[in-house]
Amino acid sequence: METVVFSLLNGLVYGLLLFLLASGLTVIFSMMGVLNFAHASFYMLGAYFAYSISLKIGYWPALFIAPVIVGIVGAVVERYGLRHVHKFGHVPELIFTFGLAFLLEEIVQFVWGRDQKPYRGPEELSGPLFELFGSSFPAYKMFMLLISVAIFIALLVVLNRTRIGLIIQAAINQPQVVAMLGHNVPLIFMMTFGVGTALAGVAGVIAGPVLGTYPAMGIELGSIVFVVVVLGGLGSLIGAFAASLIIGFVQTFAIAVNGTLADVFAKFGIIVTRDTVLHDIWFATLPQVAPLLPYLMLILVLIFRPLGLFGTRET
Amino acid sequence: MSKLTELRRAQQADRRRRQLMLWVAFAVTLVLLPFAATNFGLTILTQICIASVFALAYNMLLGQGGMLSFGHAVYFGLGGYLVMHVMKFVGDGLPVPMVFMPVFGGIFGLIMGIIVGSFSTRRSGTVFAMISLGIAELVAGCALIIVSFFGGEEGVSADRTKGISFFGYHLAQQIEVYFFAAFWFFVATFMMYRFSRTPAGRMANAVRDNPERVEFVGYSQRRVRFVSFAASAFFAGLAGGMFAIQYEIVTEAAVNAVASGQVLLQAYIGGIGFFVGPIVGAIALTLLSTVVSGATELWLLYAGLIFVGTVLFVPQGLTGLIMMHARAWRNGRLGSLIVPYLLSGIPLIATLIGIIGLLEMTAFVEKAGVGDTVMRLYYTELDTSSWAPWLGFAALTIAGLLMLRFARPGLKAAWERANGTVSAPSEATPTSSIVREQAAE
Repeated sequence: METVVFSLLNGLVYGLLLFLLASGLTVIFSMMGVLNFAHASFYMLGAYFAYSISLKIGYWPALFIAPVIVGIVGAVVERYGLRHVHKFGHVPELIFTFGLAFLLEEIVQFVWGRDQKPYRGPEELSGPLFELFGSSFPAYKMFMLLISVAIFIALLVVLNRTRIGLIIQAAINQPQVVAMLGHNVPLIFMMTFGVGTALAGVAGVIAGPVLGTYPAMGIELGSIVFVVVVLGGLGSLIGAFAASLIIGFVQTFAIAVNGTLADVFAKFGIIVTRDTVLHDIWFATLPQVAPLLPYLMLILVLIFRPLGLFGTRET
Repeated sequence: MSKLTELRRAQQADRRRRQLMLWVAFAVTLVLLPFAATNFGLTILTQICIASVFALAYNMLLGQGGMLSFGHAVYFGLGGYLVMHVMKFVGDGLPVPMVFMPVFGGIFGLIMGIIVGSFSTRRSGTVFAMISLGIAELVAGCALIIVSFFGGEEGVSADRTKGISFFGYHLAQQIEVYFFAAFWFFVATFMMYRFSRTPAGRMANAVRDNPERVEFVGYSQRRVRFVSFAASAFFAGLAGGMFAIQYEIVTEAAVNAVASGQVLLQAYIGGIGFFVGPIVGAIALTLLSTVVSGATELWLLYAGLIFVGTVLFVPQGLTGLIMMHARAWRNGRLGSLIVPYLLSGIPLIATLIGIIGLLEMTAFVEKAGVGDTVMRLYYTELDTSSWAPWLGFAALTIAGLLMLRFARPGLKAAWERANGTVSAPSEATPTSSIVREQAAE
């Protein structure tokens, strides 16, 4: 019972964090047709900026300043990088963002060094929030949860209830028509990219203290976020939301449950020993293979339903 | 009529002769190179041979087939792992000379390529790229879990000098390993070049440029992609086998995402629109990772900057940069470019020296202990605590940039004169035609 409740809560926190990244990535993809490989690098930048700012003036200002800086960096990347590569086609665009991810990681190592940074959350939230079955749930994780939910709601309201959201939705589907109606589509692209990367920055600011602030944090989370957007269906926000939660739960439950395929076989009366062929696979524990499950899901979904769970378009 | 065919035949014979000469020159270079190299140089040359085969195999996908893979090291690494196991069997008495090991790697790569390609080549573009990424992460993860085949964290190692000899050679010395690698490099390059000239290779280009039209002509784009993919996996596995012989150990680092990224870097920087492009890229990046990495810890940062710079400003790659001059050369006006090139080249080098100086000094200051202020850079000793070197490098950078700006119009005019742009539109390089077609989509 205890495991289930805590895994549910942790899965929710992790899933919503993934959604912070996946939402920006999805909107950027639907609009510009480019999967931004470097998206998680902006998450990394968010954590590092917040770390440096929090050393100077504390965590709370950093929570607001760091994402803004990340957003500005993102907008600059769009304006002077992506827009330039865009005319070469989709494959060079993808390669550009891939190179950018590589470069940003190297730059972070250059500026902040290779080791993990002691980035911590605010003092006020360092204690436990409540105790259940003898284990405590940290207040900071609840704070992460609240921030993610607040941003999710804000995003929904902006996209569905405001004029700018309307234009963005239109630009997602029909950029040319929107341009003909007199809107500055390149500017909308730049702003969207900026806001999307700023959301990734927020994720970095709030997740840095929990998941660790180190140079590989972007690349590691990046491929998971890719899995999320592809699993949910490219260009579908609802799909990204569902897939974020699915991946979040799968990851946390797989770590919490200890079992092997050999145990499963034993239930059916098949005895597997260390001498059986492929014994490594049958005796691999679930926590061991947990990091691989998202990729397995990704491949299966791409084979059997390339559109993803909620997707309507392929490229 | 007869005169025309005669002329054509003469042209064809001429072309064939020139190609033959190129191949002979290539072989002679490979044979002569080690005599100019030290032992360290031999290792680098061997690495270049291996990296070139892998990058060429990768370019069968990206450059010739238009498929962007983020996980091609899977076939390279798996080929390497299998060869490691075969090498162990040889050590236990299997009568196969070690020199033939790459074939086993290639066959295993081919088998894996057929399995994965059967579902991943159904689509190109983003879906293909994503599947390749997923497979790469899966295999890299499995490499740590399935210990019996991958050996876990330590990897698998074996001895290349065991087994029956090949005409008295046991691959004991680096020079023997080099000739082994050079031989396979030559064979693989020749086979890959021939493949690109077969109907299957030509159709791969067609599928890259216009899949819809290929379907209308009656080909299955999926089948064409599948054939390219399997062939590319074969050569990647072959390169993996060469890698296994050279290092005598294969670890997870041979299959992981970093290795996959590296080969993309090599192919792209070299120029994916040209057959020799990946070789150029493999040479450049191998030198960067062996020679430059010995001189500076920032070499990965430079590699990243070069990569992003290439994508942004020189999408045709290093080879494209060289081939751009073919027209001026035919016009006989290449000489007229020397002065304008010097006028922009010197400020460019000054800028680079300035930027690298600033970066290196910053890196030094961050690492240095208290009171440790003197560093060696550009063969001189610099005192990082005084303002002079900082100001000097900054001034060099800014002055270089300003002069570059001034030299630009002159360079552009000279370029147009040398190419005779007035007479005809500039010749399309293969990359630019891919690029244009994709932009038109």
